Parts: sequence; structure tokens; C-alpha cells
Amino acid sequence: MSVAGINVLVDETRARMEAAKAPLLSVRGVSAYYGSIRALKNVDVEVNEGEIVALIGANGAGKSTLMMTIFGQPQAREGTITFAGQDITRLPTHEIARLNLAQSPEGRRIFSRMTVRENLQMGAAVNGGKHFAEDLERMCTLFPRLRERIDQRGGTMSGGEQQMLAIARALMSRPRLLMLDEPSLGLAPLVVKQIFSTVRELNRTEGLTVFIVEQNAYHALKLAHRGYVMVTGAVTMSGTGQALLDDPQVKAAYLEGGQH
Amino acid sequence: MEFFAQQFINGLTLGSIYGLIALGYTMVFGIIGMVNFAHGDVFMLSSFIALIFFLILTTWLGLTSVALVFLVVLILAMVLTALWGWAIERVAYRPLRGSFRLAPLISAIGVSIFLSNFVQVVQGARNKPVPPLVRDVIVLYQNEQYTVTLSYKQAIIMTTTALLLAGFWYLVQRTPFGRAQRACEQDRRMAALLGINVDRTISLTFVLGAALAAVAGTLYLLYYGVVSFSDGFVPGVKAFTAAVLGGIGSLPGAVLGGLIIGLIETFWSAYFSIEYKDVAAFLILIVVLIFKPSGILGRPEVEKV
Repeated sequence: MSVAGINVLVDETRARMEAAKAPLLSVRGVSAYYGSIRALKNVDVEVNEGEIVALIGANGAGKSTLMMTIFGQPQAREGTITFAGQDITRLPTHEIARLNLAQSPEGRRIFSRMTVRENLQMGAAVNGGKHFAEDLERMCTLFPRLRERIDQRGGTMSGGEQQMLAIARALMSRPRLLMLDEPSLGLAPLVVKQIFSTVRELNRTEGLTVFIVEQNAYHALKLAHRGYVMVTGAVTMSGTGQALLDDPQVKAAYLEGGQH
Repeated sequence: MEFFAQQFINGLTLGSIYGLIALGYTMVFGIIGMVNFAHGDVFMLSSFIALIFFLILTTWLGLTSVALVFLVVLILAMVLTALWGWAIERVAYRPLRGSFRLAPLISAIGVSIFLSNFVQVVQGARNKPVPPLVRDVIVLYQNEQYTVTLSYKQAIIMTTTALLLAGFWYLVQRTPFGRAQRACEQDRRMAALLGINVDRTISLTFVLGAALAAVAGTLYLLYYGVVSFSDGFVPGVKAFTAAVLGGIGSLPGAVLGGLIIGLIETFWSAYFSIEYKDVAAFLILIVVLIFKPSGILGRPEVEKV
């Protein structure tokens, strides 16, 4: 092998090692706008490989906007977003989606006129349906309700089942980073518990990295290793899940009279 | 009875052509919720493309094999019309996506006027005839007064429509591209979140719609042997009616709607008056829409869960 070839190899290895040290997802100084309204103000968020990170905040704080900005809708006007060492700030949404990160968005957004199987096939579209059968089997083991409903239209299922489908659909692409936007919204406490424990299980057994946005602060912070608090488009606090749970300000604003 | 049978065959043939055009309307409407009013003129344009290649192949190159000429003309018309479809979407519709709802509709009317005027300028305003390509008929039934026939042309038209409907139904229901198309139909943003290139999917839908219009255009030329620059409008409106009647967004609905319009028109002309055939076709449309607003095979608008 030539010297140049070895140098390239060395550079690649170094880059890979740096990427391994660097956070999997990093959002730096990001501002995003809807028209002239500044929805995100200079936001910094990091998610490391293997972590569960929660973002909590009131309705309208900009949590979902951050989720969508990471996927380029809207694109960040200022700041940079990198995933696995690659700058994705200016990539179109569908190209970001092909990079091993998947989102179960706000409101679930399952395809209601497609069957459960077709929804999962859509989730697997990025890898061209390779190992589809295997992944389908895995999802049905993870969420047994999906197996019962496999040929039923998505829109005919209950809210909890739809949420499971939305998460399963995101997992079908075998993501390194799973982004969950309000998975507990409108669901019965028992179902929420079930979904959260599945997420914890995936993180523990497979090392899946999870970035979760929640209004249900108590459950989210219980689940997460670390958390961020967002108020009117800006991150105001961050810390470990437990530290935030114990913080008097967080307690007053998000936990008092909360659902625990 | 013999007369009825003959009219039935004629009606099915005409309806098949309407159905093929209607497929293009319905696919485009399905994916971006827009009525592509230029589609009728794309159909007319494809007829001219077919005419030009037909004359080149038979007169200049002296090809005599009917099947070969037909196939080559069909393929060339499909390819070139598909290019037009792609370009129209790119130039006239894509820049307006995300703008207010009426903008692409107005743009479509503009494209329609442009296409018919363009063809009028470059091809002239007179009817353009081609010598008949296929003359043979199959005699289905014969008595002293009357003969019921099915011409080869009619058989070709009906078979092609049936095959294309089956093919497109398979494409939409069973292939990854079809799934991506349906996903874009239901929730474009979610489709993008799953890695679907929405713009490309929409482009391809226009390309496929235009290719279908080209099949209809070639068959139309084969059947009537004549085409003029203004032939886009009436068949276009009829096909649009067919798509609405069958349930816009539904592929089998488009062909079913086309067949119904074709049959009504033919029977009305045969038994009552040829002048009022369009009145009859549109009257049926009104009646159906009053009682079944989503069309015959259309799905009723369901609220989002």
C-alpha cells in the first residue's frame, strides 16, 4: 500500500475515533423561524451514543419545532446540526431520514389508509426492504398488538396502538437515534407505561440512543439519563434526569399536580 | 338487440379512451390534490406526436408491418409525452407548490391554453388525417338485416385499457413506488421523514400520467384517424368528468367512470339525438354527485383520527 493510501487510512481512523467521542447528535446555536417568528432561539442540545435524553417544556415551547428542525423542516437559519459527525443543517428532509435517524413525530402521523404492514414497509423504505421479514417479526414481538392488527388499516386502530405503530415504523429503518415526539399524548396511563418500558428496554438491551420530547415531564425525566428544559424557544436548564426531577423550579413548573 | 349490442361495443371503446385519460387525472389529483387541467391538451399533443411518427415511419421509411409501426409509434409517443409531462410539472406546477390552492389550477389552465395554441401554430388549424392502419373486423353475429362487428381497433383499445388498468393498479398497490406514492398522497411531510423524495415521486406521477395520455392519444388517432389542435378540450373535460364520476383518486373508478360516460354518450346518440349527447353525459354526472358526492368507487372523506 502506498504512503498516501496509509495516510488516508490514518485520517479516516482518526476521523472515526473523533466521531466516536463526539456526541451522536449535536445541535449548536440553532435558531429557526416560522415566517418572521423566531421559534427556536440559539438552542444547544447534545445526545450521546447510548443515552436517553429528554426535552421537556410547556405546550408551544418549541420542542416539536426542534424535532422538525433537526429533520430540516424548517431548516435552521442560524447554527449547525451534526449527526454522527456529518453536518446535516442544510440537507433536505428525505436525505436526513436516510442517515440512521428516525422520528416518530408529534401526532403519530401514521398512514391511516394503509395497513399496519404497509406502514411498517414505509418505515423500512430507506433500506430498500432488506431484512424486512426479520424486522417485522421483531416489531411484532416488541408490540404484540401489531401482530393482531397486521392487515388492518392504520386509521382503524386505537390511539395507543397507533403510537406503537408509529414507534415501530421508526424502528424499521434500524436507526442509531430514535426521536420520539410526545409518545404519551392522549394515551391511557397503562399504555404510556408500556411504551416507556419498551423504550427503556430497547436502550438497555440494544444500546439504542433515544431523544424524547415530552410534556409528561415526570415520566420522561424518570426514563432519561439526561434532560433539557425548554421555555419559549430557548433551552433554560439541563442536567441529569434525577437532578431535574429534584430541581425546585422544574418541580414548580412541570411536576406539581402532575401525573404521578 | 343487434343494434344495442353494436352500440354497446362502440360505447365501451370510446369509454376505454376516456378511462385512459381519466387515469392521468385521478393519479395527479390523488397525489397533490390538484386538477391538472392541461391533461386533456397533453393527450392532444401526444396524438400529434403519434401522427408525426406514424407518417415518418410509413411514408419516409416505408415500414409496412402494422404491428411494428403501431408499437414504435406508441413507445415514441409515450416517451416524448412523458418528457412533456415532466417539463410541465417542473416549470408550471412545482414552483407554485406551497402557494395558495388556486395558483397551480390557474397555472394548469395557462398550460392548457399554451399547448393548444402551440400545436395550432406549429401544425396548423386544420384536421390532420392519417390513412387507416387497421381495417379488419371480427363479425360477432349476423342475420339478414344486421351485422354486429368488433373491429380489431376496438379490440386493441379495450385490451390495452384493461391491461394498463391492471398494471397500474399493481404498481400502486403492490410496489415500493406505489406505496411511496400513496404515502405522499396521505401525508407528504411524513413521507419525507421516512426518506421518500417527495418531489421525485410527484414528478414520476406526472410522467406516468402523461405516458398514459400518450397511449390514449395514439389509440384515439388509430380509432378516428384524424386529430386537430382543439381535440384536447372536449375529451379532456369528459375524462375529468369520468374521474369524478368514478371517484377521483381511484384507478378502477377512473376507468369505470370512463366506460359509463362512453356508454351513455353512445347510447344517447344512437337512440335519441347526437346533438345532446354531452348534455346526457353531464346530467348523469350531476345526478350521481348529488347522491354520492365522492363518486362511485371513491372513498368518503374520513376525518383525521
